Amino acid sequence: MNALLQARQLTKHFSLGGGWWHRRLTVRALEWVDLDIYPGETLGVVGESGCGKTTLGRCLIRLIEPTFGEVFFRGENLLKLDRATLRQRRREFQMVFQNPYLSLDPRMNVLDLVEEPLRAHTDLRGRALADRVTELLERVGLAREHLYRYPHEFSGGQLQRIAIARALALNPVFVVLDEPTSALDVSVQAQILNLLKELQVELGLTYLFISHDLSVVQYISDRIAVMYLGRIVELGTAEQIFSNARHPYTQALLSSTPLPDPQARRSRIILPGDVPSPLNPPPGCSFHPRCFQALPVCATDEPRLIDVGDNHFVACHRVR
Amino acid sequence: MIPFGQAVGEWARERQPLWAEYGLMLRAFRRDWLALVSLSIIIAFIFFAAFAPWLTPYPEQGRGVPNIAERFQPPSRLHPLGTDDLGRDLWARICFGGRTSLSIGFLVVVIAVLIGTPLGAIAGFFGGWVDEVIMRLTDIFLAFPSLLLAIAIAAALGPSFTNAMVAIALTWWPWYTRLVRAQTLSLRERTFIEAARGIGVKEGTIIFRHILPNVMTPVLVQATMDIGSAILTGAAMSFIGLGVQPPTADWGQMVSVGRVYFINAPWFVTFPGLAIFLVSLAFNLLGDSIRDIADPRTRRAVR
Repeated sequence: MNALLQARQLTKHFSLGGGWWHRRLTVRALEWVDLDIYPGETLGVVGESGCGKTTLGRCLIRLIEPTFGEVFFRGENLLKLDRATLRQRRREFQMVFQNPYLSLDPRMNVLDLVEEPLRAHTDLRGRALADRVTELLERVGLAREHLYRYPHEFSGGQLQRIAIARALALNPVFVVLDEPTSALDVSVQAQILNLLKELQVELGLTYLFISHDLSVVQYISDRIAVMYLGRIVELGTAEQIFSNARHPYTQALLSSTPLPDPQARRSRIILPGDVPSPLNPPPGCSFHPRCFQALPVCATDEPRLIDVGDNHFVACHRVR
Repeated sequence: MIPFGQAVGEWARERQPLWAEYGLMLRAFRRDWLALVSLSIIIAFIFFAAFAPWLTPYPEQGRGVPNIAERFQPPSRLHPLGTDDLGRDLWARICFGGRTSLSIGFLVVVIAVLIGTPLGAIAGFFGGWVDEVIMRLTDIFLAFPSLLLAIAIAAALGPSFTNAMVAIALTWWPWYTRLVRAQTLSLRERTFIEAARGIGVKEGTIIFRHILPNVMTPVLVQATMDIGSAILTGAAMSFIGLGVQPPTADWGQMVSVGRVYFINAPWFVTFPGLAIFLVSLAFNLLGDSIRDIADPRTRRAVR
């Protein structure tokens, strides 16, 4: 199967400070990320705060410019496109942001918000435009009567529905969902997740689902990428990750999620220390200072992401 | 009594399109008595200025014909606000002066906003060399004391009412550029702007649909506060002979002439000063209310 989106050696460094006499600091948000996303799948990306998962989502659709690397969308390198062409291509891939209170212009009503992508990319105007907006709103579970209301009049869940309607207005093939449920109440999270699942089946969408919530990712993803300090450390199907995690970090991460059964006990892996600063990542494997299985080689050599069978990729010296 | 625990039905909340939104603005405006008072004051001044020849007892004096016999008359039945140094009725002079002062105050600010706001939005949004060029240009204008610059421009253009107005506006726009640029810089980083980019909205459209509506609040407040200062600057220009030419009335000019006679004829300086004060105050308060009404969030707030 051909990948819909391929990222190769995707790297993003943010420069901080500078000034006259301060050393320029570089935040290594994303380092040498290779990723294939296949049509129709949901690829979940998990990791702690600051591990670069949001940066990955934004670089993939070129909302921020990667420092290095390539992103192929249907075989076309997005990073080589000029601004006008990129703008046209954007109707193919959309994004839903974490906080709908911030991602919707407070001065626009729902009609303005949802028709914005349609006005930008299509010739729909007047009646036809309003019809399309109504159709979209109804599809995401809102009603006609909401058309002339403003963002501050809605709850978080409703706002996220509006944001989803905006993202789907142009029938994209690929949607980056950047923690679309983490600003919402638990009960609303489930509604939004189910809506996203339904829409995926109905419209044949491909998702990149970014989250720090393992249970959410498990629920929605076909494949999962685990990130640590700007790198993908493990990549496999949801099944492979959850029942056969090979990377020590993934194992530790999984052991931290509470089990729904109060009687069940599991051995928790407590990682010592904190995540190292991406300003100054450790040499070798970036996880080695906290790893409970570290080898001497981990401190010197950076492990590559290798296939351990059935397209299950792990970056660890322990795993051969 | 409404039965406990029984749904009474959906609130019918469907709202009609645009005109309903305007209706809401009007309702919010009507609830705001300060705004109503301010608007009435402004309308009253405009009304008296517009119909000055019919509303004043001595229209020819309002236009500048002297009446030396009645110099420095205190307020009386004949001259409700007294007379000035050439014996002209102050009521007539203030009504006629409103024509020049109100237009200077209003037009200067409008021109300055029209030049300054787009430039500031462009500078802040695009950044880089565009920002650099625009901001250095504003720096050049701001480097001169503004009154001196206005005087220089007016002197170059020749003394007249229009030229004075243009000259003042040309020294005024950089303030709006800086204000709007600063606002735009912070707006640019907001997620909803990033979202618009992600959707593929053109940059010009982003400026018009997202940046400008969101920077209008501080601009509006600043603009209404500036109307009073613009009237005063116009007065300063008239005072040194570059603005409104003498027989024509102008509040600022009346204040500058009248202050010399403050001890003996306090009414001469007080009434035109009061006019400037009232107009500035009214525009200020009105601007405050418009800011609240223009924002869909505060528009709906129940007072």
